[in-house]
This record gives sequence, C-alpha cells and structure tokens, in this order.
Amino acid sequence: MRETRSGSHLRVDPVACQAHGVCVEALPEMIERDPWGYPLLAQQVVPERLLAHARRAVDLCPTLALKLVPAEQATRR
Amino acid sequence: MTVTASTVVTSTTPLWYATRATGVISLILLTGSVVLGITASVRYASARWPRLVTLGVHRNLSLLVTVFLVLHILTAELDTFAPVGWLAVALPFLSAYRPLWLGLGTVASDLLIALTVTSLLRARIGHRVWRLVHWLAYACWPLSVVHGLGTGTDTRSPFVLVLTVLCVVAVLAAVGWRLADGWPVNAGVRLAAGAIGAVMTLVVIGWTLAGPLKPGWSARAGTPAPPSSSTASPTPSSSSTSQGNGG
Amino acid sequence: MTNRQHSDRVAASGSSALATAHVEEAAAVPASGAPRLLENRSSGPDLPGHLRRHGPLPGLDGPALLDAVERSGLTGRGGAGFPTGRKLRAVAQAAASGRGAMRRRGAVVVANGCEGEPASGKDRVLFLTAPHLVLDGIALAARAVGADRAHLCLHEDAAEQIRSVERALAERRAAGVPDAGVRIATVPNRYVASEETALVRLLGGGPALPQYTPPRPFERGVGGRPTLVNNAETFAHLALIARHGPAWFRSAGTAEAPGTALVTIGGAVAAPGVYEVPLGVDGAQLFAAAGGPSAPLQAVLAGGYFGAWLPADAFRRTRITGPDLERAGAAMGAGIFLALPADRCGLAETAGIARYLAEQSANQCGPCLNGLPALASGLETLAAGTDRRAAKYIKQLSPYVDGRGACRHPDGAVRLIASALAVFSGDAAAHAAGRPCAGARRRPLFPIPARAAELAGRSR
Repeated sequence: MRETRSGSHLRVDPVACQAHGVCVEALPEMIERDPWGYPLLAQQVVPERLLAHARRAVDLCPTLALKLVPAEQATRR
Repeated sequence: MTVTASTVVTSTTPLWYATRATGVISLILLTGSVVLGITASVRYASARWPRLVTLGVHRNLSLLVTVFLVLHILTAELDTFAPVGWLAVALPFLSAYRPLWLGLGTVASDLLIALTVTSLLRARIGHRVWRLVHWLAYACWPLSVVHGLGTGTDTRSPFVLVLTVLCVVAVLAAVGWRLADGWPVNAGVRLAAGAIGAVMTLVVIGWTLAGPLKPGWSARAGTPAPPSSSTASPTPSSSSTSQGNGG
Repeated sequence: MTNRQHSDRVAASGSSALATAHVEEAAAVPASGAPRLLENRSSGPDLPGHLRRHGPLPGLDGPALLDAVERSGLTGRGGAGFPTGRKLRAVAQAAASGRGAMRRRGAVVVANGCEGEPASGKDRVLFLTAPHLVLDGIALAARAVGADRAHLCLHEDAAEQIRSVERALAERRAAGVPDAGVRIATVPNRYVASEETALVRLLGGGPALPQYTPPRPFERGVGGRPTLVNNAETFAHLALIARHGPAWFRSAGTAEAPGTALVTIGGAVAAPGVYEVPLGVDGAQLFAAAGGPSAPLQAVLAGGYFGAWLPADAFRRTRITGPDLERAGAAMGAGIFLALPADRCGLAETAGIARYLAEQSANQCGPCLNGLPALASGLETLAAGTDRRAAKYIKQLSPYVDGRGACRHPDGAVRLIASALAVFSGDAAAHAAGRPCAGARRRPLFPIPARAAELAGRSR
C-alpha cells in the first residue's frame, strides 16, 4: 500500500525513554501508557489538528526520546 | 579598576530603585524556576498538577528571569550611582562597584545565558550535552543569592531579607526532597551533594550575619567613595543609622 | 548425487573416510555437491592447506565483486538473512557519497564471529577449520565497499577461536597476503552484545549494548562511517564466490535461497554437531545428516533461541531455507535446529530459555526489561501447573513487549513463547488444569549458560 500523502509519525527511542510520561499528558489522543508506564504510540499519521500538540510533546520530552518523523522514514526498523 | 568620572547622584533615582527591584524579582523568579526544575526531576505529578504544568511553568519562569535580568543589568549600567562599567556585564570582577560581590552576579548571569541558550537549542545539541550544562543551575542560583546579599543595598531591609530567606528555604527544601526521593541514583553522590549543600548553607548564613548584616558593609564590600562629598546626600557608605531602604 | 547423500558426506564429526576423499581436489572448483566451507578439515586450517584447497585470493576489483555477490544471491548467515550483495552495495554507495571528510575516511567492515546463541557451534567450527576463508572474505569485502579498516569480533572467552585467528593473521602477514588490516575485537559474552548496533557501539568505545536505529550501521556506524556488519560465515561464502563465481554458488541450494549453510543440530539426534548442508533440503534430510533422531520427536526448535517451535512432522516436511521456515512460522536464525524428544516437556524447556533471554536483556528499554521477566515467570508458572490463568496472562502481555525495544531481542522472545504455546497447546491445557506432564520435572535438555555453569558446579 503506497502512502502518497506526506505526514508525520510519532516514534520513540526506547533506549532514551525513561517513562516520564509527559508525552502521555501532552497528547493523550495518540499516546497511552503500557502496564509499566512506557508510551504506546498510535501508528497512524498525526492529524493536522494535533500536530501542534505533537510538536509540543516532542519538545517537552525530558530525555528527547519522542520524535516526529516524516512518513517516508517511518518504516518500523 | 577605574572609577567612572560621572557625578555621583543620590540614591533615590528611579533607575537605582529599578535595579534593586528587578534584582529581587529576578531572584524570586529564579528560585521558582529552580524549585520547579527539581519538581520535574523527582517526577512529581498529581491530577490537578500534571508534569506538563511543571515543565511549562519552569520554562516560562526561566524566560522571565532573563527578561528581568536584562532590565536589572541595564538599569544598573545606566544608573550612574554605582559605577559598574559595561565590560563588567560579561566579565566578572571588573566593576569598580563592589567588584567581588557584583562579579558573582556576572558569573551567575553568564551561567544563566549558557543554561538558556542550551535549553533553547536542546533538540539540536542532544540530551546528554544539554543535561551536562544544565547542572550549572545548581551553581547559578547560590551565586545569585550571594550576589544579592553582598551587592544589594537592601540586605538589611527586613522585607528583602525575609524574601531572600524564603527563597533559600524553598530551594533547600526542594533539594532535600530530591535527595530524599533518591536522585541521583548513586547513594554516595547523594550524600556528598547533601553534605556540600549543608556546608554551603551554613557558610553563607555565617557570612551574612558577619558581613552584610553588620554595619559598615558597604565600605568593606568595596563601594567606591563619591568623588566630591558635597553633592552626595546621604552617601551610600553611611552607617547603619540610615533608612532601611538605602545604605 | 542426491541431497541426502551429499549431507551424509559432509558430516563434520571428523570421519577420516571423508578426509581422504578430497585431498586430490586441490584448487579445482569444488565439484557440485562437494563440501565447500568445511572442506578444509582434511588438510588443516593453516595457510598452505588453505591455498592448496582454494587457491590464492582473487584479484577482482570492487565493482566486479559487488556484481558477483549480488548475482550469487548470498544472504546473511547470522540470522537476519538479508541479501548480502544489497548490503555491500549500500555501504559502498554510502561511503562513496560521503561528504568531504567522511569520504576520505572510507567505510568499515565488521565480521561478527561472536556466536551469541548458546546452542550454536558453527562459527567456532569455521574459525577452527577455515579461518583463512573468513579472512579472505573480509579482505574482499573491504575492497568491495572501500573500507580501510576491518574488525573481527569474537567473544572474550573464546580462547580457541582467538588463537586460531591470531595464528592465521600471523601467517598472512608473514606471507604478504592482504588482510585489510583486520584486528580482533573481543566482546563480552552476553547474548545482546553481538547484535549489529551493539558491536558498532562497542567498536566506537561504548558499551556492547544495542542502539536505537535509524541510522543503521550501513549509513552511519563505527566512527560515523558506513559500516558493513556480517556474520563470519557470510564472509567465508563470499571468499568462495569470488573464486568460483555466482553460477557455481547457485549450483547448490534453491533459487530463493542459494548456496550451502552451516547448521548446528542438537538435542535428540544420534550425532549432534555442526554440518554444512545445501539450502533447500527438508527437515528429515537435515536430521538424517546428523544420524537421524535418537528418540521419537515431538517438536523441533528451528532457529535456536531466536527461532520458534515447529511440530516434528511439520518440520520433517519443511524445506530448510529462510523464507520457507518463516512461512512455516519459524526462522532460520543462525542455523540451529534442536530436536525435542517426546518424553520431555516443551513448556519447561521454553520456560528455561525464556528466563535466560530475560536475564540477557540489555535492560535499556522498559518493555523488554519489564516484559521478558514477566513472560518468563508466566511460562514457568504454566510449566509448573500452578496457575490456570498463566497462558492467558502471557497472551495478554505479549503485544506490550513485541516490537517495542531498540533491537529484536524482545521480538524473538515473544515469537518463541507464542510458538511454544501453539505447538504445545495440548500440554498447555493440561498444565493449566493443574496436570503438568512428567517431562516438566526433568533437567533441561538445551544449553543455557548460567544454568550449565551452575549444574557443572553442582556435579563436582
């Protein structure tokens, strides 16, 4: 399935993530906590209306673990 | 160390008041920022006060500190009562006015610039470098306190003294909270940090009682005498019998 | 010659009948069906023996080598099975397109000889019988990608392998044979230490722990340079492809998975050991090479601890290639195939492996460091038959662990555990109902290092 429109995906560096949980507060529409407090990211493209919140979540992450990557780079590893 | 040639004016100019006021406000805001920074590192969160708020207010307070600090420095420069000199804004211990104590303020503001710039560029420089520089906040704040006590002409005013004490208590409580909560993880480091903090606090208290709070501090701190005594009234180096708000 | 006869002949348990059969072949192209990598067993691992067997290092230039490897269809023999030619080309392109300083410094080649899987023995055999093939491959790969530096990674306590390689390097230096300046790098003996990004990190002066990707090593690796990381066996195959050509390489194996591979066969077989087999033989033929099962089998662990369980009859019919095994729900991994006899408990064996994998976590990523011990506990509970909800617990927890680490360690563990629940579902139901099988109480069959050391200590 080819993604023809560009967009951004949320990605987290699991090594840097220390489960502070700030992203969960900043973007509850797309991020939840797992049983141990680590973020579960929605896999879809971030909708326009949430982009500003997503950028704020990325900016506020205490360990800079959360990232917004362009759709073309968003293959899972 | 040169004495500027400008005439000494009385200590009641608006600029001089502004310098003192913005200085005190800067300290209060900086204290708030430090306390919130510590609150962030112990991961405090509640239903009504999420981490988002801690981090957001911490950042906003820090930016406000820079605003008031700029005003503090500007008014101090423009005001001709205290011959600070422009070079002393960036390089410490060069002013003619209370060089040591003012110099500490210069160091503190230099550190604050480093903290602010690295924080604004956090995404570019990466977490490790940012964090390394951010530890300097634990140097910036005490330097600001000592600068205020040593340079400020309001130290003996009860109002300002109480404010300063409250700031110190707030930060000590926050640091105690952080250590008790187990950060940094290494117990040896925590012990050392606690010991250093306690020693520094006692030293500053002792120094404050023996120095700024005792009469004659102005002269001992290095306030330059006015060039011609006839224009000065009352001079800043007068003794403890002067009003609480000046001297 | 059928594949079965061929596999029988390459049994690497050191039979002397095999030794005499190949002495006259010298530097001739190995006959179709003849052993390739392990052919040196007759004449020893030294340089003269190697040169007699395989001839001198070919003088192909970079582009010719890249072309040959691509056309050969060689895939990585370390577990991921990525097309080697494509990887070589990606590193070569990244090195050539580097800007300024990066380009002047060239690429880096890393040969992974660590053999992190406890049950695997193929890399050890390769280093002891044909170290020069591996070193040839490294030199050729360095030429192909424009690398001026190479590292050969070995576990720090793999004394035999280290000695063998050091001897081989000394011989090459004395004889003036190119070795791309390869240096031995010793790696801590931990499961995740030999992961691709962990090796890159170690070689850069950091700890041997996996890193978040992107960027992958082929783009930015050791010292920020494009880095080629491949299993040692892959380099050995490369050395032969350069000599005999892609068509020769493809004369064994299948179209999808050409060539031969080293496999480690263990568990309930008559002659466990390392064998070289053409890809595409089926499971039954594979076990026949190891003398056949030594007891009735219930299941096979295909792909080692990073693989998955297959029921014995399904395994017998499955062709041994990466794609076929994946289609069957398992994996080729590093070519480890462990046969589980019917009188053992698959759940108990898997519980032991799961606990080992949990202990071997790098402990960097929350879902792995929390999830693997929880899954291992669930499996241990299930094997002991003490809680009927254990299977459900494992199934509910798994999605929170799979795919959420920086490397594939948690993914492998989740896949292994899920396959155990599926293949041993009958057992699982019985255990959950409080009726664990007799096999659950026996000592574990498959090697787990810490426990092996513990057992060895107890038996003294």
